[in-house]
Amino acid sequence: MQMTGAKILMECLLEQGVDTVFGYPGGTILNVYDELFNYGDKIRHILTAHEQGASHAADGYARSTGKVGVCFATSGPGCTNLTTGIATAYMDSSPVVFVTCNVSENLIGKDSFQEVDITGITMPITKCNYMVRDVNQLADIVREAFAIARGGRPGPVLIDIVKNVTAETAEFTPLPREEHASEGRLGALIKRASHDLKLPEPDRGDVEKLADMIRESKKPLLICGGGVVRSRAHREFLKLAEKIDSPVAITVMGAGGFRGRNPLTTGMIGMHGSQASNMAVDSCDLLVAVGCRFSDRVALDPKTFAAQAKIVQIDIDRSEINKNVQTDHHIIGDAKRVLELLDGMLEKQDHTPWKDYVFSFKTETEYDQGGSTLTPKQISDVIARVCPQDTIVATDVGQHQMWVAQHFHYDYPGQLLTSGGFGTMGFGLGAAIGAKVGNPDKTVIHVTGDGSFRMNCNELATEQYYHLPIITFIYNNQTLGMVRQWQTLIYNGHYSQTTLDRGPDFVKLAEAYGLGGKRVCTVAELEAAVKEALASGRGYVIDCAIEMDEMVRPMVPGGGRITQFLVD
Amino acid sequence: MDQMERRSLSVLVDNEAGVLSQVSRMFSRKGYNIESLAVGTTDDPAVSRITIEVLADEKHTNLLCNQLRKLLPVHSVKLLNPENSIRRELILIKVNAASSEACNRVIQVANIFRASIIDVSPTTLTLAMIGEESKAEAIVGLVKEFGILELVRTGMVALERGTDTIYEATKEKGEFDYGKNVL
Repeated sequence: MQMTGAKILMECLLEQGVDTVFGYPGGTILNVYDELFNYGDKIRHILTAHEQGASHAADGYARSTGKVGVCFATSGPGCTNLTTGIATAYMDSSPVVFVTCNVSENLIGKDSFQEVDITGITMPITKCNYMVRDVNQLADIVREAFAIARGGRPGPVLIDIVKNVTAETAEFTPLPREEHASEGRLGALIKRASHDLKLPEPDRGDVEKLADMIRESKKPLLICGGGVVRSRAHREFLKLAEKIDSPVAITVMGAGGFRGRNPLTTGMIGMHGSQASNMAVDSCDLLVAVGCRFSDRVALDPKTFAAQAKIVQIDIDRSEINKNVQTDHHIIGDAKRVLELLDGMLEKQDHTPWKDYVFSFKTETEYDQGGSTLTPKQISDVIARVCPQDTIVATDVGQHQMWVAQHFHYDYPGQLLTSGGFGTMGFGLGAAIGAKVGNPDKTVIHVTGDGSFRMNCNELATEQYYHLPIITFIYNNQTLGMVRQWQTLIYNGHYSQTTLDRGPDFVKLAEAYGLGGKRVCTVAELEAAVKEALASGRGYVIDCAIEMDEMVRPMVPGGGRITQFLVD
Repeated sequence: MDQMERRSLSVLVDNEAGVLSQVSRMFSRKGYNIESLAVGTTDDPAVSRITIEVLADEKHTNLLCNQLRKLLPVHSVKLLNPENSIRRELILIKVNAASSEACNRVIQVANIFRASIIDVSPTTLTLAMIGEESKAEAIVGLVKEFGILELVRTGMVALERGTDTIYEATKEKGEFDYGKNVL
């Protein structure tokens, strides 16, 4: 059937099962939005306040549902506003397809109004990107883009379509998703590089070797990384950990890959890792990292990291092997499949003496009770007590992010949405919106700091308009807490440009957006406010007062040995 | 073997706009300078072959190869073993040869190096020579005294000796080999 490019795009989205798109219209993408108008009953469009919000929303949607997120934006500033969101998705391997439109073919390269080389700009932050200049290739490219975003190690893909292509017509033949891999570009790509798209089958010999290593080990330690979350391998991981009776350290990205309440959990690992986790890394004889790329926040000093242990890395992306930490053995494959295979080869083990040693250290930091303000632990305790157990938590970046990663107990993958790799302040509210849209039956909360919240609080308008009852908790310490913490500990207390003794009044701001707001200073006030917010069924901002000099503890300085705690 | 050395990588890629930029940006992004680069189509016009020389140790060269294999337009990557490959580069040198004595001596040097004289003007000679760096350096050293007006190099191209080809080094094979690590 002959169709315009814009209509082909809609049909391709339907082929992929897309029913939700986040975005922001503009001049060059008008044809697409015009067609979206006709598809309104099949594809829901969420209009955000800013393209960056849309990019984070699509990302949050993808992370929380496991589906591919979709985000639209126009040319020029529209698509450059996406870049922070694209990089955030890239660093955390989140599958999002970004569709942007560029100026018409006759205007390309002329520095036309709102023209920018977005495929050039996003080259290092996408798995791949496309510039579509021929309407006959559009369907093929969209199909390939979705397969790549979701295949192998997931990640963002960008499709830039020149405006005239969205108006031109071409023959469109519907093709069910299962058959995409047998035709066109995707077919050719699969033939020559199937591992980019399919899950590589782990080598049995490699897995057997790991099984032997586990059998020989007296002091094993598992690391649950983001790969466990992405491949939804939490059941397999749990089975393995219990079978080999090994302590489990969890990275920020791995939260939810292993139940935070499980007695085998040593808590978070790395710069703000628990004593138990970091001591275990230092003294284990076998470290098995599943879906973890040993970033500088986990393996602070690659040379001394797990110096006494044989290090084994299980990763789907072969380019991660030996990139940051030199391993002794590795398995390339999807976490779920590798763990399944491994489980079949092993028998029940017991490591009680080793566990006794590891759990003689603290798995969580204890905080002093605050005076006139709340402590971070008190806030998380109240949230955990009052909100349902399966509440989805989206965070921004800074101290609150670490507190929430340390003190909340996550039960399933996709429960914590946080920018672990890129560290994007302003990620949380957009992500929470995406998560709520994708999971309307779950409670979604947004935990933020006063610094992060100020960056993208414009999305409160989106939250209000679409009746998304997200509760925002601001850990308000009147400062950029994490930077201040470094300034206190390392920069001689020079609080250079970190004090945020300024507006707005967040309660009034929430009210201005048509949402509820409360300022709280005590546990009782907080508890009442959360209950009220949950009952109100609408968006709510709870401004929680905390001490300016509250620190994230423990802390190991960057580049240091993992047990050299600067503060306990 | 784990020392900084000049290493040659052969890369087969889609012959499409933007692919070279993608490949070369990967090197700068990972903090490596490309020492030499040569690109051209192969017998299949849809496929180009890039020869890249980079100064790196063995471990990091392998990591670079893995990063290259991650790029979708890349078909295959092969790290060429210097003992088992032939490397050649074309170098053009425009030399000052105003006096007949200078002219004669430049022609003599050219003959010794089997360089050809491809352009003559009343005051200059342009030499073309094919070879490896050592030969190129030697001829440059000899004609320097006459005054080099311009010099251009194509960048090194390389092929393996014998029956081995890059077509056996598909990405999946690269992955398979890489998976066979030994403790």
